[in-house]
Amino acid sequence: MNYNERLSGNEAIAFAMKQIDPDVMAAFPITPSTEIPQYFAQYVADGEVNTEFVPVESEHSSMSACIGAEAAGARAVTATSSCGLALMYEMMYVAASSRLPITLACVNRALTGPININNDHSDSMGIRDAGWIQIYAENNQEAYDNFLQAMPIGEHPDVRLPVMICQDGFITSHALENITLLDTDSVKAFVGEYTPENYLLKKENPLAIGPYDLGCHYMEHKVQQAEAMKNAKARILEVAAEFEKVTGRKYGLFEAYQMEDADLALVLIGSSAGTAKAAVDRLRKEGVRAGLIKLRVFRPFPAEELAEALRHVKALAILDKAESFSAHGGPLFSEVRAALYDLEPRPRTVGYVYGLGGRDVTPDHFRSVYDRLARIAAGGDLGPVYTHMGQRE
Amino acid sequence: MIRRAKDIDELTPWREMTLGGEIYEPATSQYVNTGAWRTNTPVLDTEKCRHCLLCVPFCPDSSLPVKDGRLVGIDYYHCKGCGICAEVCPFGALSVKEGGEP
Repeated sequence: MNYNERLSGNEAIAFAMKQIDPDVMAAFPITPSTEIPQYFAQYVADGEVNTEFVPVESEHSSMSACIGAEAAGARAVTATSSCGLALMYEMMYVAASSRLPITLACVNRALTGPININNDHSDSMGIRDAGWIQIYAENNQEAYDNFLQAMPIGEHPDVRLPVMICQDGFITSHALENITLLDTDSVKAFVGEYTPENYLLKKENPLAIGPYDLGCHYMEHKVQQAEAMKNAKARILEVAAEFEKVTGRKYGLFEAYQMEDADLALVLIGSSAGTAKAAVDRLRKEGVRAGLIKLRVFRPFPAEELAEALRHVKALAILDKAESFSAHGGPLFSEVRAALYDLEPRPRTVGYVYGLGGRDVTPDHFRSVYDRLARIAAGGDLGPVYTHMGQRE
Repeated sequence: MIRRAKDIDELTPWREMTLGGEIYEPATSQYVNTGAWRTNTPVLDTEKCRHCLLCVPFCPDSSLPVKDGRLVGIDYYHCKGCGICAEVCPFGALSVKEGGEP
């Protein structure tokens, strides 16, 4: 049964965790994700969940505690942001390579410095190659829905990878929105139990995890991880289809908005997609064939699917809410542009870096991007492919 | 088909290796040839050995096998050649020679 509520993004995640009732939560407070362990600790104190809450002394420890718990056979969750995620860096790789399907609620915040607590994607983009599945949300509803889908994806035997459920700090995490929740029994039925084949507490079968790999074994284990990430794509779609049956809400690897006949398009991630959709709607009223793709799943990266969805586009802008200081564009730009390379003909593409450290982005910003795309589509110069948007000149 | 750890070696294809290098059975370190790391090699003189077994608890790698209360030789598959056994032997029955070969 679905019912309506009003929750912030952080409340929505904490509530999803409560409904799932995981075995272990280990977390350390950091803005803007602090509320998630805060709300959850209240559920623990009030006896509303059976979870063992571990108030650790750092994020390195919270991820380590999750690794230990998950390896023991428990379902472990955590939440963090920005520098907290950076402090987990080492253990993030250990979790993924040990094939432990931990779920992490990432509330995206700029990664210092200068020190800043507002939203961009530099924290999770910085750790994109750690081997975690990354799923991004546009709003509170998606954050909640994505969190409910995380465990059925990550824990599947063909996948066995940790999952990061990302939402935009403050914009999504602290804004109250209408949200449709699933009743707790249906959540429990959908998410199911964590039933690993082997785990440390299985007394019939002793297990060692995280052994040293010499050069003669390391690469084979990395190939296994790479294959698991490929498998994750199909599993994500399978889980989305099951989720749609329960909730009526449809999810894919990305959302294509007004893309069927689009000549001009954007690719972007997160809450800004809502703003960009407003720009698309206005342009459509003026007869401009504008559309956008909001990427939901960044890892695994849906390269073939994006190429197919963008095949017919004449001019495309790819917008990164994170710098990579490559002097050539952000990570989303690099990967989307590369995904289009084998198309013939292929869209002409430019990249923007925008919204850093909470810098506001408005429909007019996107309007100016579409105006530029229209000039490019009409045969105009591409101009610089790597530019910034929203800064003072 | 994923193999048991004891059956995984440097020729095992990735599809047959355990995920994340997990090991599902106990005492698999016995299958690792740490003797190949040796640059010096202890040698036992059975004439001088009185089987006091003082060397046995000093060996960091359990490479001095005992049977019926007697030292029966050196386990060169695991001995790393540290030479502690030769240092502690009161009878000069253990000595260290250069090189990895026994």
